[in-house]
Amino acid sequence: MSELVDSYTEVAGKTEIERLRQLSETLEGCSVVHVNSTRVGGGVAEILMKFVPLMQDLGLETSWEVVTGESEFYKCTKSMHNGLQGNPVDISESLLSAYEKTSAENAEKLRDKLEQADIVIIHDPQPAALLKLCPNRKGKWIWRCHIDASNPYPPVWNYLREYIAEYDASIFSLPDFAQPLPHNQYIVPPSIDPLSEKNMDLDKDEIVSKYSEYGIDPDRPVITQVSRFDRFKDPVGVIEAYSITKKLVPALQLILAGGGADDDPEGEEVLKEVYAAADDDPDIHVLLLPPDAHRTINALQRLSDIVIQKSTREGFGLTVSEAMWKGKAVIGGNTGGIKLQVINHHTGFLVDTPEGASLRTRHLLSHPEELLEMGVKARGYVRENFLITRQLREYLSLMRGVLAGTEGTIVAG
Amino acid sequence: MNTANAEPFLVKDCTLLRIATGIHVQNLSEMRDKLLTIHPESIYFHYWGRKLRHVFVEPEYHNDFASWAFQSLHDITLAERLSVIDPSDSTEPEDLRAGLIEVVEKRIYECETIPSSSHDEQFHFVHAKIVVFDTGYAVTRPEELPGLIPEIPDGSVFYHFIDAARRTKSKSNDFSVWLSSFGNDYKELSERVSTIEPYFLNMRAIRERLTSILNEYLRGPTNERTG
Repeated sequence: MSELVDSYTEVAGKTEIERLRQLSETLEGCSVVHVNSTRVGGGVAEILMKFVPLMQDLGLETSWEVVTGESEFYKCTKSMHNGLQGNPVDISESLLSAYEKTSAENAEKLRDKLEQADIVIIHDPQPAALLKLCPNRKGKWIWRCHIDASNPYPPVWNYLREYIAEYDASIFSLPDFAQPLPHNQYIVPPSIDPLSEKNMDLDKDEIVSKYSEYGIDPDRPVITQVSRFDRFKDPVGVIEAYSITKKLVPALQLILAGGGADDDPEGEEVLKEVYAAADDDPDIHVLLLPPDAHRTINALQRLSDIVIQKSTREGFGLTVSEAMWKGKAVIGGNTGGIKLQVINHHTGFLVDTPEGASLRTRHLLSHPEELLEMGVKARGYVRENFLITRQLREYLSLMRGVLAGTEGTIVAG
Repeated sequence: MNTANAEPFLVKDCTLLRIATGIHVQNLSEMRDKLLTIHPESIYFHYWGRKLRHVFVEPEYHNDFASWAFQSLHDITLAERLSVIDPSDSTEPEDLRAGLIEVVEKRIYECETIPSSSHDEQFHFVHAKIVVFDTGYAVTRPEELPGLIPEIPDGSVFYHFIDAARRTKSKSNDFSVWLSSFGNDYKELSERVSTIEPYFLNMRAIRERLTSILNEYLRGPTNERTG
């Protein structure tokens, strides 16, 4: 009992683990069901893979259900996702009908379980309609929005709000993403799992093996950006920053590591632009990695001198915390959630241009003591703010608050 | 010494669970309008919630309204005036609201154009629920306090020093209230601890002041009570 939770004591501290225990005692016997739309792939599945066993380990009767549908359903929910992010997408009546029909089919399968649960946590828009389809629900329902909904496309939000307004509470990652709703909107930023393959400590041999595997010179400085090949991640801007820096630091190497373009037409296009900008420079390593290359990403971040995340728009950008956890200073785009993680001049630098990224890269490479000091601060900052144990504590706290219906203090111990 | 009637001091810990209001403003005129109606809990959070945030450098301004004026409106005059409004001077939450509105309205009157932030530098009104935990620490005698204070988490200092002002009849801190339960024996110490004004101090400084007062009184050469 609690072996899994206990394994976080070393990284998160005894106090945090004790808080989790006290909160879980207030929720003893409580049944919790998480519902999302996939068991593998994507950040939501990744977090649930850890959250569900951790909640079980804390004594909560926790399960995880997945809604399924045909291609029309996913077309609709993908459009909803884009609409919440602010893209002006018009969703046809037929797609909305598919959404409603598929939601009804899923409700038939899940109704008994969901209506009996003490807490139901619905993740993102895909399963959002289930609440209206479970009229005899006995517990509290919470909608968790993982999307940057700071400026949603009004027709999409108006449609979804009809469903979401009936929930007992909702959760957003940042205050900026919250929308006027008739219930409490809790603010819970995302987090990283320090014990996952992506973030766990690695043997030096495993890290060193990546030099030869990818043709990287271990004796020369390396800067790395890990992200999808997406225009908002500005990989071409990173190459520009590298090129400016390279004139003064000729030994510099750049790694751009990300997932393959798959069926994303824009991703393919951006990748072409990246190759064109790299112009066959042998010191630019464009690595297309499979989605499960967590240990490789982990090793690449660890072997880097500096990690870059030069996004021009970013919901949260957890790759920043991943790098910071590995003791790396991060040069990040001055946008979205990156601003919460990169504390200028302390855990890294915030930049607005490739020139700015180059300036900070040169500065840090020529001040190794400062680079080291920033890395230490960065790891400590993630420990305080962006570990999964903090996110779990906030979930348990709000579950307690929603169940008790208290407006003020939540007493756990 | 009267220790018979005093209950042990049970040390609590706390965290803050933030709740968005969905209300945000981009310029000073909107700020004035929202300050008129925003829930007092939100004003409280923007004054005190920052005490539990991890900072590398002590913020130049002491509440979120003042920091926004400085960082997002680039209005140092307004930041200075907002920062100096000490909530400890306000006996009622509404007095604090009135003080903020007065400063904001004066600034609107003075400015030729309404100070405004960029879209991504808006002020988002938030409030918070306090989540209270046991620490397992307890003391039965005031002499144990100096050894305890360095051990407890920041959440404990926040709970017993800042949140206590809302819970205690005397609008004081839990340490002073507990010390006063010993009658005249620790009345002076209780009063000295009450002189710590937390608004302009961070958690470390509150802890240091508290430890210093306790040590000075309990271990000082002139204090004969503690023998």
